[in-house]
Amino acid sequence: MEYEAATQIAAALAIGLGGMMPALAIGLMASKAMEAIGRNPESSGNILTNMILAIAFAEAIAIYALVVALAIKFVPVTPLH
Amino acid sequence: MTETAQKKKKKLSPLVALGILLALVMCVLGLIFPRGRELPVISMAAERIPIPLPLPGFQEGFPNTLPTALLTSLVLSVLALVYNLSARRAEKTGRPNRFLVAVDALFEGLYSFVENIARDKTRALLPLVATFFFFILTANWMGLLPGVGSIGLYEEHHGERVLVPFFRGANADLSTTLALAIISVIAVQVVGLRFQGPRYLRKFFNFSAPPNSGALGPVLRIANGFAGLLEIISEVSKIFSFAFRLFGNIFAGEVLLIVVSFLAAFVATLPFMGLELFVGLVQALVFSMLSLVFYTMATHHH
Repeated sequence: MEYEAATQIAAALAIGLGGMMPALAIGLMASKAMEAIGRNPESSGNILTNMILAIAFAEAIAIYALVVALAIKFVPVTPLH
Repeated sequence: MTETAQKKKKKLSPLVALGILLALVMCVLGLIFPRGRELPVISMAAERIPIPLPLPGFQEGFPNTLPTALLTSLVLSVLALVYNLSARRAEKTGRPNRFLVAVDALFEGLYSFVENIARDKTRALLPLVATFFFFILTANWMGLLPGVGSIGLYEEHHGERVLVPFFRGANADLSTTLALAIISVIAVQVVGLRFQGPRYLRKFFNFSAPPNSGALGPVLRIANGFAGLLEIISEVSKIFSFAFRLFGNIFAGEVLLIVVSFLAAFVATLPFMGLELFVGLVQALVFSMLSLVFYTMATHHH
């Protein structure tokens, strides 16, 4: 395979696979938070802050994958011949 | 209906009018220049401005995050000075000005937020946590100012013409975030030693076994020693998770803004600017809150 093509596919796969589980985690957390707000609407402000904090932690995993993808895409590596 | 509309038009404040005017200019410019010519070279490491400094490591120039980081500190220092002056004036006249009230409200909110987690240690932990919060927030938001990352010199690098900007968002450089992370994790150890004394070190070096373990004693000793090793590894991994979380978010935001502005200039970037403002706030909050949780965990024995 061409080196250029390999890096393109690698970058796309890195963020594509790395984004799957954090997306699931964020969805689970948000759904639980919404349930909690529905059950207990007066504490919605508190729940919302904690939800955003927790979501940021799950999002960090996706960001690691994004850093790897960006590194593959933008950091020039001299290909082996 | 027309009357109320006219009244509203009269009350339009100059700032809002300026904002609407700028938005219109942006729309027109976006129609005239629909997209950029070529995507600039995106560099993960901070570019070096070729002005040598008489310091070790800076002979070939200094990274362009250095001016931004210094400017961030300067902005925070000036704000602190202005706050101090207005506080003194308010003491004399008894009438606080708007800036004083705004900063007080901000700090009150932060104080109660920290108090929810740290309880009776709030006064000891708040200064460091608040410093992290304000430094990271200011650095993130200053990275979004116009001119940051776009004004610079063209340099020859490996036969290619590369733009070296004078300013780059301070947290879009792994060195800055790594420095912040190392400070934060060292502070965890300092807080632990201060509040628990030498007992804190037993978390890492523990070769004891419960008194009634009998023949299982040596096994438990080894298991405890291994758990201490894992604690040391977890402290080191905290540094990397802190550093990469902040760097990744801010750098990814910059790349996002560049790519979007080269897909459709001016108008399309505006919602992403709003998103980046939010991300900057959330990341500052996450960094300081996570530090706070680690400090609070280090203050008591368990």
